[in-house]
Amino acid sequence: MSTTNGTNGAQAAAVPAYTKKDFESGVDPRWCPGCGDWSIINQVQKVMPTVGVKRENIVFISGIGCSSRFPYYMNNYGMHTLHGRAPSFASGLKVSRPELQVWVMTGDGDALAIGGNHFIHCMRRNLDIKVVMFNNRIYGLTKGQVSPTSELGKKTKTTPFGSPDQPFNPPALALGAGATFVARSVDVEGAHMGGVLKSAAGHKGSAFIEVLQNCPIFNDGAYLSLTEKSVKADQLLRMEQGKPLVFGKDGKKGIRLNRETIQLEVVTIGEGGVTEKDLVVHDATREDPTYSTMMANLNQKPGFPTPIGVFRDVQRPTAEDLNAQQVQEQKAKSGKADMKTMLAGSDTWVVS
Amino acid sequence: MSTQTAAARKRQKIDTVTIRFVGDSGDGMQLTGTEFTKASALAGNDLATFPDYPAEIRAPAGSLFGVSGYQVHFSSKDVHTPGDQPDVLVAMNPAAFKTNLADLRVGGMLLVNSGAFTAANLEKAGYKSNPLEDPALKQNYRVVQVDMNQATEAALQGSGLSSKDAARCKNYYALGLMYWLYSRNEEQQVGAIQKKFAKKPEIAKANVAVFKAGYDFGETSEIFHEQYEVPASKLRPGTYRNITGNAATALGFAAVAKQTGRTVFLGSYPITPATEILHEMSYMKAHGVVTYQAEDEIAGIGSAIGASFGGSLGVTSTSGPGLALKAEMLGLAVIAELPLVVVNVQRGGPSTGMPTKTEQADLYIALFGRHGEAPLPVIAAQSPTDCFYAAMEAMKIAVKWMTPVILLTDGYLANGSEPFRIPDESELPKVEPKYQTEKNGPDGSYLPYMRDAKLIRPWAIPGTPGLEHRIGGLEKDSLSGMVSYDGMNHEKMVKTRAQKIRNVVEDVPDLVVDGPQQGEVLLLSWGGTYGSVRTTAEALRAEGKSVAHAHLRWLNPMPKNLGAVLKSFKKVVIPEVNDGQLAFVIRGRFPGVDPIQYNRINGKALKVSELKKRVLELL
Ligand SMILES: Cc1ncc(C[n+]2csc(CCOP(=O)(O)OP(=O)(O)O)c2C)c(N)n1
Ligand code: SF4
Repeated sequence: MSTTNGTNGAQAAAVPAYTKKDFESGVDPRWCPGCGDWSIINQVQKVMPTVGVKRENIVFISGIGCSSRFPYYMNNYGMHTLHGRAPSFASGLKVSRPELQVWVMTGDGDALAIGGNHFIHCMRRNLDIKVVMFNNRIYGLTKGQVSPTSELGKKTKTTPFGSPDQPFNPPALALGAGATFVARSVDVEGAHMGGVLKSAAGHKGSAFIEVLQNCPIFNDGAYLSLTEKSVKADQLLRMEQGKPLVFGKDGKKGIRLNRETIQLEVVTIGEGGVTEKDLVVHDATREDPTYSTMMANLNQKPGFPTPIGVFRDVQRPTAEDLNAQQVQEQKAKSGKADMKTMLAGSDTWVVS
Repeated sequence: MSTQTAAARKRQKIDTVTIRFVGDSGDGMQLTGTEFTKASALAGNDLATFPDYPAEIRAPAGSLFGVSGYQVHFSSKDVHTPGDQPDVLVAMNPAAFKTNLADLRVGGMLLVNSGAFTAANLEKAGYKSNPLEDPALKQNYRVVQVDMNQATEAALQGSGLSSKDAARCKNYYALGLMYWLYSRNEEQQVGAIQKKFAKKPEIAKANVAVFKAGYDFGETSEIFHEQYEVPASKLRPGTYRNITGNAATALGFAAVAKQTGRTVFLGSYPITPATEILHEMSYMKAHGVVTYQAEDEIAGIGSAIGASFGGSLGVTSTSGPGLALKAEMLGLAVIAELPLVVVNVQRGGPSTGMPTKTEQADLYIALFGRHGEAPLPVIAAQSPTDCFYAAMEAMKIAVKWMTPVILLTDGYLANGSEPFRIPDESELPKVEPKYQTEKNGPDGSYLPYMRDAKLIRPWAIPGTPGLEHRIGGLEKDSLSGMVSYDGMNHEKMVKTRAQKIRNVVEDVPDLVVDGPQQGEVLLLSWGGTYGSVRTTAEALRAEGKSVAHAHLRWLNPMPKNLGAVLKSFKKVVIPEVNDGQLAFVIRGRFPGVDPIQYNRINGKALKVSELKKRVLELL
């Protein structure tokens, strides 16, 4: 049984040369003008022709929310399920059809509020499912209530005096749940997002991709402090495998591990004797999630940049492969048990 | 002397016996019961069993709520129930004695382990004095007191077993005694013990010794004046196994996988009394079954629908509270028109209710428990072995009609067992899943909601080139399946989906009336009460009464001739283990028919004697 993503060998050879158009369903998206979702679908449709999987073997599954209308706009197999429940649906599909490439498109409310339980279990199992979470830090479809990623004190229709609840930090949550691939990107950083999506497509195992997404209607400018041209360089830290963690307009800022406090800290190259050698070299492939988690938590403190890119990318056996292996073993053990033998079980008697 | 006694005894032939073994959860009563059941099966009896165990896993020893029981009804005739009232009650301690005595038939045999009637145990059971000393006991029952503790100890003298291990063997003493009393094959059981404890020869030896001691006690003691023999029944020739309802349900799905060569995918979350379906199917990996223990019931059904979307045969198993959680997903399966079987092993509700006790009170949620207009087929199994056929039938309907189907069983069927004749492949219902592989639209497109004459939509699965499509929970255009908020389209879709489910009636056999085809009283039952109601009607007819029985396997759609059948009788009685759910549905569907309700909601199966009494009052 083929469980690869189709990037190798014969299967790849048989994949037609697709263009972006092949992945457009022709249904006009109903997103508001300026919504970050447009940029996300644009990138997904650009990446799909490059992942080496036949169109009919790709399935997009979503929950409920603005973002979850996604599958209707793709020209693949798709299912728009129930609020929060997409991972459960995707899991059943993946376990029973390991050869399919399965994507879950979800929102922050969908994945982390009503679907929190399904989400963490999907990550922990390490089924080869890619979950793309559009994080606009608000409920869009129901017109502007707080979500589990809304910041403390956020004023919305249900929190007129400010949200009293602490938000989730999605990549840290995914890491805590055991996701083997965790990444973050931003709607306005198209090329970056495309790269992250492509890496996720090539990853075999549970993948979580958070895309910071602007909802101009109910939470406009939620990420302006990160993405506005004048501040972007100082606020976004691009993690690149094997490269030191540098950022800032002139590339002089970096991240160093303070060995006493065991905390990551922001330093400036050239100041206080700091050289590039002192900076942390990004490595998402560490089996131990401690480093990835530290990076995921980097922006939780004021004055720190928000990392984008891949936090974690490790290999572990996938649940669908382990399951398939058990099936093979059991088949080998029981031989070719016919219907009668199977129905008879072990203890029988004959009445004549 | 002993042989003389034995020879002097009469060996009496009897038709039917019900024995109940009761003791502490740790006393091995389930084992004793199943071993005796096997012996009865091998002796050719028809039989039915019912285990009854506490909700607590390890209740304190000797406590009233820690009593575990196993009832077996065996006969030279057809039996449909595990028996109303035991003829023999084997009670291993005062708590078991106290909680079960009332069920023992007056005149029946009471075998007690008098050695367990110690001051401490009596106190735990709430007795101020030893009830065995009550003279009334002997007036009502044939009391046989044996100090099994002591007898077991004696049989194991010098065995080197610890006193704790030795005490564990005493259930084999009771078993030995029953073997003797009912003329069972002693050697067979010795062989079974040796096989069972093959890895622990010293335990095997001890159990054999204790078993033989019990058997020999029957032979040598003068307490018993008779020995009984229940001749073989006229079961249909074939190879048999004993099976519980839950195991039969699991096997039914495995048979579907084998027959179709397709994957049967079970997504489930443990809940009593449905869990064994998940347990059993987890062992069936070699036979095309994939099991997925989900994080909750919603994920259980969600994964199963996902599997069905992918072309597998999705199944989810649960009990009442779990079905409540699955309601939203069921709506999705209805609107997406994907095949799915939802097994609900009913138990006492509402809420956590009485999880280990049986009830038939989920008919309403099965028929109506979804938002919006969401009809779906509902089938109820009628006996432990019928769970096998009902599972296959439910899947046959699901894949043929592209719809979720609810299969209702209950705790009584799930845990009860009876002989299952291994069917030949040709006798099995045919499950025939079909995938769409061709475009079906006029302009070379694929229309996922274009229906055939029976209103069934095609099933195109991922991996099929050219048929890529998107569906979901939003209302869809009647052909393309694209989202549609057009009001008239919605009305059309609601009516079409409903009509499709009504069309399923072509696969619903006419209701068969057992007994007179018209007359005084019709007993109308559904689900797990089949056996008790059938036995009641047969017993009343044997007394010359005009009482017919009809059993509804199909709750939706209902058989075409149901209305006519109901109108052929002066009185329709609906016995149910709930507060009148089928009666309510019948009143609604057949105005003018006002069934007489007979309801028991005590966590137990219907008693034939009680129902019979009630029907006699109506005649
Ligand atoms: C069971 C259920 N509860 C509530 C809703 C209503 N609902 C639809 S979408 C949504 C929130 C969506 O927020 P998010 O996931 O952040 O997605 P967005 O619309 O912002 O993309 C809610 C509460 C529903 N559809 N189903
Ligand atoms: S409400 Fe917000 S999230 Fe929804 S489509 Fe409009 S802009 Fe996008």
